[in-house]
Amino acid sequence: MALTDALQITSVSDPGRVRGHNEDCIESRPDIGVVVLADGMGGYNAGEVASGMATSLIATGFAQVWTKERIGRLSRDDAAALSQSILQEQVSIANRAIYDAAQKDPHCAGMGTTLVACVYHDNFLTVGHVGDSRLYRLRNDALEQITRDHSLLQEQIDSGLISKEDARQSQNKNLVTLAVGIDPEVEAEIHTYDVLEGDIYLLCSDGLNDMIEDDEIQMTMIALRTNLDLTAQQLVQAANDAGGRDNVSVMLVRVVKSFPAERGLWAKVKSVFA
Amino acid sequence: MAKLILSVDGTVLKEISLAKERTTLGRKPHNDIQVDNLAVSGEHAAIITILNDSFIEDLNSTNGTLVNGKPIKKHFLQNNDVIEIGKHKLKYFNDTPVQSAAADFERTMIIRKPAAAAPMVAPPSPPPLPAATPPSDTMTNMRPMAALAPLATPAAPPLAAPAAPASAPAAPVLAAAGAVREAAIQVLSGAAAGRSLDLVKNLTTVGKPGVQVAVITRRPNGFFITHVEGTSFPTINGATMGGQAQQLHDHDLIEISGVKMEFFFKP
Repeated sequence: MALTDALQITSVSDPGRVRGHNEDCIESRPDIGVVVLADGMGGYNAGEVASGMATSLIATGFAQVWTKERIGRLSRDDAAALSQSILQEQVSIANRAIYDAAQKDPHCAGMGTTLVACVYHDNFLTVGHVGDSRLYRLRNDALEQITRDHSLLQEQIDSGLISKEDARQSQNKNLVTLAVGIDPEVEAEIHTYDVLEGDIYLLCSDGLNDMIEDDEIQMTMIALRTNLDLTAQQLVQAANDAGGRDNVSVMLVRVVKSFPAERGLWAKVKSVFA
Repeated sequence: MAKLILSVDGTVLKEISLAKERTTLGRKPHNDIQVDNLAVSGEHAAIITILNDSFIEDLNSTNGTLVNGKPIKKHFLQNNDVIEIGKHKLKYFNDTPVQSAAADFERTMIIRKPAAAAPMVAPPSPPPLPAATPPSDTMTNMRPMAALAPLATPAAPPLAAPAAPASAPAAPVLAAAGAVREAAIQVLSGAAAGRSLDLVKNLTTVGKPGVQVAVITRRPNGFFITHVEGTSFPTINGATMGGQAQQLHDHDLIEISGVKMEFFFKP
């Protein structure tokens, strides 16, 4: 089962209606089931340098080490564990590269980026994120936010200081507590989840969820699920119609078919005796 | 920075900036905002400010604290909210940035946790800014502070009676030039002939799933129809659609999966 047959992937990135400049970056590697989204910030418009470095380094880095040779013999649990450690390692590498670049070039000083990256394998998904770019999942017509923002507002909600309803009106939006490239070291939050046929995953920058409500995102994904490209376009359009105050990026992954790993002969033999 | 305008009987007394993390209000002199009135408790209320957000909390005062006419225990303050303590009124201002700074609004910025929380003492302490010393650039600075509404002249009473709840600041709304004209579709043929459907949602799908489906989107500048799924495309006034969205005009005739329907603006 080739991943490219099982997963339908589409993505759009738009500068929005207010900013002249798109500092979001998106990259997908359908053959290995990797999607990466980054929302750059800071440093005299060097945000796009940071986000570009993040997506490119992580996608490329993953492609180099996430190979059949390396994962072909692994059990599902071992593959999941390996995907987590590789993702953390790639985030570290990208972080270091962006941090160093920011130190060297005065125009890039202070640049950083959020990040959300997913790798799909053997009917599971490993997601790592830093900052307030999000992963949502639509399953059985219900939309759920999978990642928890690393933001001041989320910390306020978590500590009971502000209700979710009041948070919509907060002026403290867009203040992230964690980003890639700002400190010499950063640790991404990484989790692995089971994936079911029919799931649709949405990676997005805050330019989407700050402009339109989760209800509208859910309704759009349900109504247009047979046309993934149109879903992506419609989400971006809705964000722009609502003001488009920030760059908006959307990546959609639809699980058309189940994608169990092709296990090598050894693993098959092992499983007979398990 | 957010601020309060203190007034009594329509006369403005003073303007207070909410620079501290905790701003106290009460009759006793140690309060940040001293309100000298017997209806006010010694320690009546406190305003907690976390960067750009402020909350008011009643400190079990005798006569209570009102916001926009309603008694509160704890309330998340919105621009133009009116707090009442005894006979005194405090209007809360926290405007969104002016148009010229619009491009910076919504800009994501990183905030660091301060190295150690500074204990709150009487002298004003700085708002919780990053402890690390970053290179001076836009990166770790706070979002440009809002230009505040100009202070009303003492002659005119600046505080209107809180008749309606405060409007939500900068809640993203449809950027509509005017109100969207309401519209509906009326089914003209097939089993559901005669039925009409109001197009109130932002997306309304029409047609037969698995065969031919189109979506009518409701946008600030009108209604548009786009093909979603199916090998053949719907027709509008007899002409087959393309892949792009098409704007719908009053009385357009749509035919989709064999069913005719008319789009019309409601009178």
